[in-house]
Amino acid sequence: MWKWLHPYANPETTYHLTGRIIPWFSALTIALLTIGITWALLFAPADYQQGDSFRIFYIHVPTATLSMGIYVGMAIAALCSLVWQLRLADASAAALAPIGAVFTFVSLVTGAAWGKPMWGTWWIWDARLTSQLILLFLFLGVIALHNAFEDKTSAGKAAGILTLVGVINIPIIKYSVEWWNTLHQGATVSKMGKPSMSIDMLWPFIFCYMGFVFLIVVITCIRFRSEIISRNSMRPWVRELVLNQGVK
Amino acid sequence: MTDNIQNLNNLSYRSAFMLILKRDLTIAFRHKDDVVNPILFFIIVITLFPLGIGPEINTLSRIAPGIIWVAALLSTLLSLDRLFKSDYNDGSLEQMLLSPHPIFILVLAKITSHWLLTGLPLIFIAPLLAVLLHLNENSYGALMLTLLLGTPILSLIGAIGVALTVGIKKGGVLLSLLILPLYIPVLIFATSAIDTAAMNLPFTGQLAIIAALFFTTLTLAPFAVSSALKVSTN
Repeated sequence: MWKWLHPYANPETTYHLTGRIIPWFSALTIALLTIGITWALLFAPADYQQGDSFRIFYIHVPTATLSMGIYVGMAIAALCSLVWQLRLADASAAALAPIGAVFTFVSLVTGAAWGKPMWGTWWIWDARLTSQLILLFLFLGVIALHNAFEDKTSAGKAAGILTLVGVINIPIIKYSVEWWNTLHQGATVSKMGKPSMSIDMLWPFIFCYMGFVFLIVVITCIRFRSEIISRNSMRPWVRELVLNQGVK
Repeated sequence: MTDNIQNLNNLSYRSAFMLILKRDLTIAFRHKDDVVNPILFFIIVITLFPLGIGPEINTLSRIAPGIIWVAALLSTLLSLDRLFKSDYNDGSLEQMLLSPHPIFILVLAKITSHWLLTGLPLIFIAPLLAVLLHLNENSYGALMLTLLLGTPILSLIGAIGVALTVGIKKGGVLLSLLILPLYIPVLIFATSAIDTAAMNLPFTGQLAIIAALFFTTLTLAPFAVSSALKVSTN
């Protein structure tokens, strides 16, 4: 496997690979999100209790679950860069952080918009809301630390250490907050085998979820490419690239 | 001279730890302001709350645990800067990292001295301030115990943040952004222990969790601090 992976540790190969991937994945993202969201907003049956306002679920749940996933992905990249000194893992962690922050923010905003008609208030100090808010702070901390260093290499290492400290803390924070207060409704989708959602509601959700997954992939690839370029701007292959393509 | 250096290199872990601890305490006692100011800050912040909220006894005794703990978090945060900054500026931190002793020991000694100078005084002052806030009489034991177990965690986690930001010119605000979210579990369990004690219920569960957090950070934080220091000093 290492032999197969080895060429992708080279920034140039990875740059071109991601360049080839992006159009395919963006097409997939647009298709999935268009189908998923249209289906979810127009054709999926309304909830018998929550009416039409439950439809925000199709954006709220994917962003909320994926925001946690992005943090874990960032932590894995940070671990790889600290243990094996992979420069590219560093770049990918840097590329992921702002995306994670935006996803967390979107999940909080949609959650607030959903909470207003359901619970009668924009914000409640409930366990999941609070831990999501703390997750946003952790993301912002990583981004701020990354920006505070002038040297990209030490910025990546410092942000990596912080990410790993955070990933140890996330379960502790999550359980302490959960223990502190609980109001949020239980998980509806993750019950494999017999989900507590009807199947007509589940399909558009799957489309939306996968759409958001590929959206993350596409944005990460774009940011990753620009990270690679800015870190390797003095390398001959970047100069050649600029000469061949011209500065856009 | 060479003999001296030989002796220093052959120090046992224990004496290396004590040496750093003594050095840091001596430096701190020569600059008494650095020690006293965070404690004054702690007192002043706690005085501000009754002024802002109103002097009603029931309200104050309800929010006293939270106020005392939040003030403890903030005053620890304020004093953290001292932990590595001056050593970083005069280069002695780099010398310590270059020494043959494990950084784990040196870092632990510095954190211990920080706790002795900021965490420990809080434990003695907190009961007095709790009187001002009309804390429930049953809660004093819980307040002291949670502070005793909790403040070392604050110093240990804080050290990670300082080690990450010590090389940055304007690290102060950044430090609070990095560290405060990580303090949340301690805050939650400590205040809930004090609240439980106020209702005359056993609070050993919360104490056990704080103790678990303490031993986890005690074993893991110095590693994070030493690798962060290596990044910061380059």
